[in-house]
Amino acid sequence: MAEPSNTKEARRRRPTPPKDGFAFALLALGWAVCLAVATWGVMVRVKAVMSANNFQALWTDGLLLLVALLPLALLLPASRSLQQSIQARRALAAENLIAARVHSAEAHTWAWFTLGYAGAWLLLLLLVLFFIANNVAVGRTFFQLELIASSFGLILQAFWVNVVIFLFAGVLSLLWGLVVAIAKLLPGRPAQPIRFLATFYTDAFLSLPSIIVIYLVGFGLPLTGIAFFRSLPLEALAVLALTLTYGAYMAEVYRAGLESIHPSQWAAARSLGLSYGQTLRFVIIPQAVRRIVPPLLNNFIGMQKDTALVNVVGVIDAFNQARIIASNNFNLSAVTTVAILFILITIPQTRLVDRLVERDRARFRQG
Amino acid sequence: MSLLEVRNVVKRFGNNEVLRGINLTVEAHQVVCLIGPSGCGKSTLLRCINGLEEIQGGEIRLHGDRITGPGVDLNALRREVGIVFQSFNLFPHMTVLQNITLAPTQVLRMPEEQAREKALALLKRIGLEHKAQAYPDQLSGGQQQRVAIVRALAMEPMLLLLDEITSALDPELVSEVLNLLRELAREGMTMILATHEMGFAKEVASKVCFLYGGVVHEEGPPEQIFSNPQQERTQQFLSSIIEAGRL
Ligand SMILES: Nc1ncnc2c1ncn2[C@@H]1O[C@H](COP(=O)(O)OP(=O)(O)OP(=O)(O)O)[C@@H](O)[C@H]1O
Ligand SMILES: [Mg+2]
Repeated sequence: MAEPSNTKEARRRRPTPPKDGFAFALLALGWAVCLAVATWGVMVRVKAVMSANNFQALWTDGLLLLVALLPLALLLPASRSLQQSIQARRALAAENLIAARVHSAEAHTWAWFTLGYAGAWLLLLLLVLFFIANNVAVGRTFFQLELIASSFGLILQAFWVNVVIFLFAGVLSLLWGLVVAIAKLLPGRPAQPIRFLATFYTDAFLSLPSIIVIYLVGFGLPLTGIAFFRSLPLEALAVLALTLTYGAYMAEVYRAGLESIHPSQWAAARSLGLSYGQTLRFVIIPQAVRRIVPPLLNNFIGMQKDTALVNVVGVIDAFNQARIIASNNFNLSAVTTVAILFILITIPQTRLVDRLVERDRARFRQG
Repeated sequence: MSLLEVRNVVKRFGNNEVLRGINLTVEAHQVVCLIGPSGCGKSTLLRCINGLEEIQGGEIRLHGDRITGPGVDLNALRREVGIVFQSFNLFPHMTVLQNITLAPTQVLRMPEEQAREKALALLKRIGLEHKAQAYPDQLSGGQQQRVAIVRALAMEPMLLLLDEITSALDPELVSEVLNLLRELAREGMTMILATHEMGFAKEVASKVCFLYGGVVHEEGPPEQIFSNPQQERTQQFLSSIIEAGRL
């Protein structure tokens, strides 16, 4: 009797066999082999470059050999994938559908595993090739160890300027942002002009690139001839510029956080007789803080990076110092130092943000 | 003098005129139930009485004092009039005890210790003194609502407004909240409650008001409203409630 093959009934009676993983497993194996060969080739090139530069040591040879042999490890998951796919075929032939599914799934998992690691390894190889290209020109331009070592003290000293600027600007913009956010949220008609000003301020500074603000404040204010601004050091003007810019960002974060609290919380607090300020202080802000801290920290991190822009008005920060060293030596290694310093101070903060977000998710069950 | 007089109150949200001249009088120790179809303005009326919404016409008097319009100290008014909502009443970042003592200490400037004792006494009364240090999300919905009620009571209001405080609860939790209300009614607490619990309204109400079309369409003692409504709309509303099995 001819059954319609695509009715539900028919499908229920004849369960679908698992996907055949053999071809995929072969592909993974092929990739692993190619990669092993490619790695070998790259390591031979590295060795050649080293000898050309009269750099020779037993430990580097050992290291190169080790790296060259490493991708062979990928043959293990690849062959396991192949093995599992063969077993899946066998199980299917024996009409053992469940075993076939298990083996097939295993085969796919191992094949993907192989491909994933192979992809990452390939990227690394490309990086090495780039590094040694043109007789290690790339490596020398960015990572000249002697220059890094000799300029490190100067760079670190100049980096301290960045740290001071972002600490001051960070604290100030946190406070200033809160003031602006509250101004934006003030209720009632009398506060309308204040709300308008606060909105205009945030709109303007959110759209202005910070480098322009730094330029205008850092050059412009002293030019006005007002004694107070002329007496300020450039660093203070940089702090002012960054505070103005990031105050707007912070204000937006505060506002979003305060507005994310359910309006019933306002009603509940006000109906108990708490004033507007008391409601903010005891009910709304404590709840909003949890949600606000991670995005505030993100802004803070963004601001740290923008401290590198203060060189446009001549502040000798780490980047400016590094540029001076770079142009004296025709080599960018000092800038690399700055980059690494920025990375080093930022990563712990990024992880902290992740932590806070995670903790918040875990703790706060009720919205 | 009546405890509360609502006279010709008009409330608009933009062009949407929700209250079109509400009149309502509440005497001391009365329990007034507001009933009516969804969206008829029960919540809005309660929020107006509490000063959470500005009104566009008419006036509201508490003990003869005008409590609407310019120059009214809303924070002072709210000390006298407590309100409990359907949900999200409690402050989730504070313990039950802190929830209850916040307003007495901050608004009435009651000493910390005294507020604490009072709060614990209130909690004991609803059998939740062991939850004093718990956070709201560790309580059941019914427990949360009872805490919200005693939090309002801690301010010793002369009028308590309750806006469908059981409608977000599982049926088996409703009775513990209603029992507390029953007790308060017996003690002579003046209350206005918006409710869909017709059986309860029938039992405790001194007066039932049917809101419709932005006015009090019909009012009277519960026996009359529920057994012998005079207005056609009231009859329709009640028969739909009976159909839904809620009376
Ligand atoms: N803040 C607001 N802004 C605009 N319109 C509103 C607002 N609050 C309520 N309304 C409108 O007012 C009308 C009455 O709402 P209200 O919440 O008072 O009704 P209700 O009788 O309490 O209904 P329910 O039984 O569903 O709670 C509705 O049409 C609603 O859309
Ligand atoms: Mg309502």
